[in-house]
Amino acid sequence: MKTTRRTALLTGPALALSAAMPSVLQAQAQDTPKRGGSVTVHMQGEQRILNPALRASTGVYVVGGKIMEALVDLNAKGEPEPVLATSWQSTPDGKTITFKLREGVSWHDGKPFTSADVQYTAMEMWKKHLNYGTTLQLYLEAVETPDAHTAVFRYSRPMPLDLLLRALADLGYIAPKHVYEGTNALENPANTAPIGTGPFKFSKYERGQYVIAVRNENYWRKGFPYLDQIVWRFIPDPAAAVAAIESGQIQMSAEGALPLADLDRLKKDPKFEVSSRGNEGNAVMNTIEFNFRRKEIADHRVREAILRAIDIDFFCDNFLYGFAKRASGPIPTSSPSFFPKGTPQYPFDPKKAEALLDQAGYRKGSDGKRFTLRLVPAPWGEDIALWSTFMQQSLQQVGIGIEIVRFDAAGFLSNVYKDWNYDLATGWHQYRGDPAVSTTVWYRSGSPKGAPWTNQWGWKSDEIDNLIDAAAFEIDPVRRRQLYAEFVTKVNTEIPLWMATERLLISVTNKSLQNHHNTPRWISSSWADLWIKS
Amino acid sequence: MRILGLALRRLASSLPTLLIILVGLFLLLQLAPGDTVDALVAQMGGGDPAMIEELRRFYGLDAPVAVQLANYLWRLVSFDLGFSATYGKPVVGVILERLPATLLLMVSALSFAFAAGMALGVIAAKRVNQWPDTMISTLGLIFYATPSFWFGLMGIVAFAVRLAWLPAGGFGTIGSGLTGFAHVLDVAQYLVLPTLTLSLGFLAIYLRIMRASMLEVLTLDFVRTARAKGLAEHGVVVRHVLRNALLPMVTLIGLQAGTMLGGSVVVESVFSLPGLGRLAYDSVVQRDLNTLLGIVFVSAVLVIVINFLVDFAYAYLDPRIGAGR
Repeated sequence: MKTTRRTALLTGPALALSAAMPSVLQAQAQDTPKRGGSVTVHMQGEQRILNPALRASTGVYVVGGKIMEALVDLNAKGEPEPVLATSWQSTPDGKTITFKLREGVSWHDGKPFTSADVQYTAMEMWKKHLNYGTTLQLYLEAVETPDAHTAVFRYSRPMPLDLLLRALADLGYIAPKHVYEGTNALENPANTAPIGTGPFKFSKYERGQYVIAVRNENYWRKGFPYLDQIVWRFIPDPAAAVAAIESGQIQMSAEGALPLADLDRLKKDPKFEVSSRGNEGNAVMNTIEFNFRRKEIADHRVREAILRAIDIDFFCDNFLYGFAKRASGPIPTSSPSFFPKGTPQYPFDPKKAEALLDQAGYRKGSDGKRFTLRLVPAPWGEDIALWSTFMQQSLQQVGIGIEIVRFDAAGFLSNVYKDWNYDLATGWHQYRGDPAVSTTVWYRSGSPKGAPWTNQWGWKSDEIDNLIDAAAFEIDPVRRRQLYAEFVTKVNTEIPLWMATERLLISVTNKSLQNHHNTPRWISSSWADLWIKS
Repeated sequence: MRILGLALRRLASSLPTLLIILVGLFLLLQLAPGDTVDALVAQMGGGDPAMIEELRRFYGLDAPVAVQLANYLWRLVSFDLGFSATYGKPVVGVILERLPATLLLMVSALSFAFAAGMALGVIAAKRVNQWPDTMISTLGLIFYATPSFWFGLMGIVAFAVRLAWLPAGGFGTIGSGLTGFAHVLDVAQYLVLPTLTLSLGFLAIYLRIMRASMLEVLTLDFVRTARAKGLAEHGVVVRHVLRNALLPMVTLIGLQAGTMLGGSVVVESVFSLPGLGRLAYDSVVQRDLNTLLGIVFVSAVLVIVINFLVDFAYAYLDPRIGAGR
C-alpha cells in the first residue's frame, strides 16, 4: 500500500492517539463510578416546604430536586433534555404544546406516573401557587390528556417553546395527583415529606437538624443513582459551616452561603474545589434600585452620575475577591443565548459624575454635600452589606450624602416594595435563564403596589412595556433574542434601575465527590450520577 | 400541702406577668415591618401579588390586629398555642421537638458553671491574694470578658478542625441508629463544646460571687467558734462556711436561668443545635408570631418553675428562711 500524504496525515494523529490510549483507559478504570456511600450537604436556612412544584427557590430545589423530577432539565450545554417528558412539539401558532411522557415511571409509593399528574400539577400548583409559575402559566387554559402518556398544554396566547422549556427546568416539577387531590395543596403533609419519581426517596426531616433521602431502588434510569443516601444539614452560622466543611463533616456547600473571605482561603486548599462551575443558571446581580419619587433621582443626569461615581471593577476585585465582575445590563454574560453586546455603558468617571450633577443644578453646598439620599440594603448576602457601604463612600466623594438604613428580610421587602420608603435600595436580581422568567418584571409597569422585585420605582415607559410584551409572546427564537437586545439597549439608556455586578453562586465541594457541577443548574438537579471516590 | 399552696400562689401571681409579656410581644411584633408572608417571599425569591394575597389569607393575616390578638388569647386559654407558619404544624409539637436540646444544654452548662465556679471560688478564697487566687481571678476575668461565640468558634477550630477530637456541630451522629448508653455517649460528645462555651461566662460570675461570699462568711463569729471548738479546717470550710456562702449563688441560678435561655441563641447557632434559642431567632426573622409567642410562654413557665425550685433550695440551705412562713 502506497502511503499518500493524505493517509499519513490521517494515521499520524491515530498513532499518537493509540500511544496515549493505555493511560486514558487506566484513568477511566480508576474513574469508574462506585456505588454506595452517603453525602452530607450544607443548608443554611430551613425551608418551610420541600415541594418544588409549589415553591420555586434554590433552597427547595437543593433538597426537593433529588426527590421529585421536572418534565425537563438542562444539559451541560444549557439545552433542554428529557426527564419526565421524552419529547415535545409546538403548533405553528405557538398555542398548543404537546409533551410525550416517559413510560414505566412510578412514584415512590408505587403508583404509576401518568399524564393526569401533569395535568393536576400544572393547573392546581403551577398556575395557582408556584412563584414565577403563576406568571409563566398565566395564559395556560387547559391541559388535555388524550392518553396516559401525552399531555397537551393549551394556551390562549402564543407561548414560545424555547422559553417554556428553559423555564420548565425550574418551574416544571411534577407532584403526585393521588396524594394532593382533594386537599389544600399548601397544607398537605407531603410538602415536608415529598413523594416523587426521583433517584432519591424522602426518608426523614428532623426540623432544625437535617433531611435524609435514600436511594430509590426502582428509579427509571437503570443503575442509578450511585449514592446510597444524601443528608442535608442545617447550619445557620456561616463560620460553623466552614468548620464543618474543613473537618469533613459535610462535603459540599452549594448555595453560596459561605463567607467570601473563607471561600478565598478554601480556594487554596487542595482538598476542595471552590468554583461557580455548574451554577451558570444561578446568576446573582447586585442592584441599584432608584425611587423616582425623589426629584433628584428622577433626573436622568443624577442617575447617570451615580453610576459613574462608583468604581464597580474595583469593588469586584477587592471586596468580592474577584468572584464577581461588572455587569453590563439586566442580562448577565452567563446567559449566552440572550446576552447582547454593545449596549450603552457608564464607565467609572467621577469627574464626569460631578459635572453631570452640577449641570442638573445640584451644586455642592458649603459642607461639600449636594443632597442626601436614604439607601436601604437587603439583608441577605454579605456582598450587599459591602456593596452598600462602598456605594456610600463612593457617592460621598462626589458630594451625595448617603444614609444607610438596614432592615431584616421582611422589613426590607415591606419598606422598599410596599411603602416605597427609600431613595436608593440595593439587593439581588437573580437571573433565571430567561429574561421573561426573572427579569422583565423589574421593568414592566402595572405591578400592584407591594409585589416584591417588581417595578415599584415610580417609573414607566410604554415603549419598554411594549417590547417586553412582544418578546414574551414571540415564537421565533432569533426574533426574541433581537427584541431582548433592543430591550437591554433601551433600559440601559433610560436607567430605571441598574444591575451593577454579576456573579454566579459559588459552591465549595470536597474533591472526593465526582460528577458534580456539570450542568448549568447542577445544584438543583437530580444528582443521580454523583458518586464518591474513596 | 403547704408546698402545693405555695406553688398555686406563685402560679397565680405570675399569671398577670405572663399575660402582659404575651400581649406586649404580640403588639411589638405588629410594629416590626413586614409579616411572615414577606419573610416567606424573601426566602422564595419572588412571587406574584395574587399568590401573596392568597398566602396572607392562608396564614390568617388578613384579619384586623385586634381580632388576631383576641383569637390568640382565646386559644391560649384552652391551652392551644396555635399553628406555626414556618413549620406547618402545631406550635406545641415544634417546641417539644426543640425543648430537649435546650434543656440538656442549659442543665449541663448551669451544673458545670455552678460546680466549677464554686470549686474555683473556694480555692481562690482560701488562698486569697496568693498566686492561685490571682491566677483564678485573672482566668475568670478573661472568661467574663470574652464573647461566648468567639470561644465557640475557637473551640471548633482547635478541637474539631485541627485536632479532630470532637464534632464541629450538630446533635448526635446523623443516622447512626445508636440506642441506649451508646446514644447517650454519642450525644454527650456533641455537647462538650457547646456546654463549655455557654458555661464559661457564667462560671466567671459564680467564681467571683463565691470568692467574695466565702471571704465574707469566713470573717463571721460562728466560724471563729467552729475553729475554737477544734474542728478541722476542712470541716469548717465545708460544713459551716460553704453552706452559708452558697445562698447568693443559689439566687444567681434563679436569675440566670432566663439569661441562659437567651444566651443559648448564639451557642445553638454556632453549634447548629436544634434548640429553643435558635427557634426563637428563626421565628423573629420569619415573623412566625405563633411560634415566637409559644416559645416565650414556655420559657416564662420554665423560669417560673426554676425560681420556685430556688426558693425551696433557700429553705433547705438556711432553715431560718423557711421558718418565718
